[in-house]
Amino acid sequence: MDKFIAVIDYGLGNLRSVSKALESVGAKVKVADKAKDILSAEAIVLPGVGAFRKGMENLGKSEIIPALLESIKNNKPFLGICLGLQLLFTESEEHGICKGLDIIKGNVKKFSANVKIPHMGWNDIRKQKTENREQKTDILKDIPDNSYFYFDHSYYVEPEDKDTVIATTEYGKEFVSAINKDNVWGVQFHPEKSSDLGLKILKNFIELTRTK
Amino acid sequence: MKIESKFLTGLAKRIIPCLDVKDGRVVKGINFINLKDAGDPVETASAYSKEGADEVVFLDIAASFEKRGTMLDVVKKTAEKVFIPLTVGGGIRNIEDIRLLLKSGADKVSINTAALENPALIKESAEEFGSQCIVVAIDAKLQKTEDKNSKNLSSVVRPLSSDKKWEVYTYGGRKPTGLDAVRWARRVEELGAGEILLTSMDKDGTKDGYDLQLTQAISEAVNIPVIASGGAGTLEHLYEALTTGKADAVLAASIFHYGEYSIKEAKEYLKNKGIAVRI
Repeated sequence: MDKFIAVIDYGLGNLRSVSKALESVGAKVKVADKAKDILSAEAIVLPGVGAFRKGMENLGKSEIIPALLESIKNNKPFLGICLGLQLLFTESEEHGICKGLDIIKGNVKKFSANVKIPHMGWNDIRKQKTENREQKTDILKDIPDNSYFYFDHSYYVEPEDKDTVIATTEYGKEFVSAINKDNVWGVQFHPEKSSDLGLKILKNFIELTRTK
Repeated sequence: MKIESKFLTGLAKRIIPCLDVKDGRVVKGINFINLKDAGDPVETASAYSKEGADEVVFLDIAASFEKRGTMLDVVKKTAEKVFIPLTVGGGIRNIEDIRLLLKSGADKVSINTAALENPALIKESAEEFGSQCIVVAIDAKLQKTEDKNSKNLSSVVRPLSSDKKWEVYTYGGRKPTGLDAVRWARRVEELGAGEILLTSMDKDGTKDGYDLQLTQAISEAVNIPVIASGGAGTLEHLYEALTTGKADAVLAASIFHYGEYSIKEAKEYLKNKGIAVRI
């Protein structure tokens, strides 16, 4: 069977944009909401726009969560985008405390009112290096420091383990805009909406998948 | 001197070209670049993206019931080729219209008349799809004090420090609503809108600059991003809207469509004047 990337359909993603962007850089994509498709994919992308609680509700209604957890346990490459990144965390303070997938320890918090909310538009990322642990930063390969990406969100992630942070962005405060833990990557911005550099990140992800 | 934390951000100001689309074709001539088909919205949006546009807006100016499918098709084809945010407005009546557009590949939808006639639509759609994709378009016109409507208006507005008031219009600027624009802007934010697309009806089509007082009044009244629209004729006008007007983004049509300036020129001009832009 041909290798493909599963783009998870849980009713909240801009699935079409994400799929088309992945295809434009050479991936074969299957929009998936069934465990068997998720488990047989070579990599998984969890897109997402919208509210955290609704995201967890929708994921929980389907057979997606156990398949995701198993895939991640088996080191299958995984990329979370925007809400898809936030859902990986322990809990969110969006509309009262709401539990997440708890794959990355930490919280999802709202920007404070000293900045306009949502954080909408193009902002730059600063790549972060840590001495403490081997990180897989190849997803940012050939992305110059301070490159602009498109953001559209009101909440941001705060991982407990700072070694997971591979990029940060300034918006009223410095917040985490990209993470990595083992074979799990997450970006707060939308690579599928960030023109050539965004597509480059998706291409890097596909290459990571193939060299695994 | 106190530094406002609002400015401690790397967030770039956005330049957004707007295309009027009728029955699947771009109306108003476009001659800014060597396009095979300047009437094709997909090709035009793609060219703008390559030039460095931060987003593209499609305004469906026909938007009659039987023609809606045409726009969905255009949106689908655009989402296959253009990898920057796409906002679609014009003729959106209900939550199903919004769902179909987002599903077809629009990143945001812009609601105008329907939002005024049914403010609950803003709340429902923000809860369903997230505030980040719900743009409320406000068409505003300066309310002259001697205007016979001003008596009606004063009962619903708080006076502005500038003593100027702007009234909201619907149906493409044909129908006055009696609502004060600043008050309406605050209300749409409360209801869950993620952004305001603000058009000055007095300035639209004049090319003598955005309505800076209106833009500033709305930008200061809300804590969501404001896109200024109507009146752009020079690059200086873009600069004024982003500084004096305090807008987060500027929307323009004819200065880009007719090739007077490229998006790239606009961004370089703004950058040289110290504005954060994505180049």
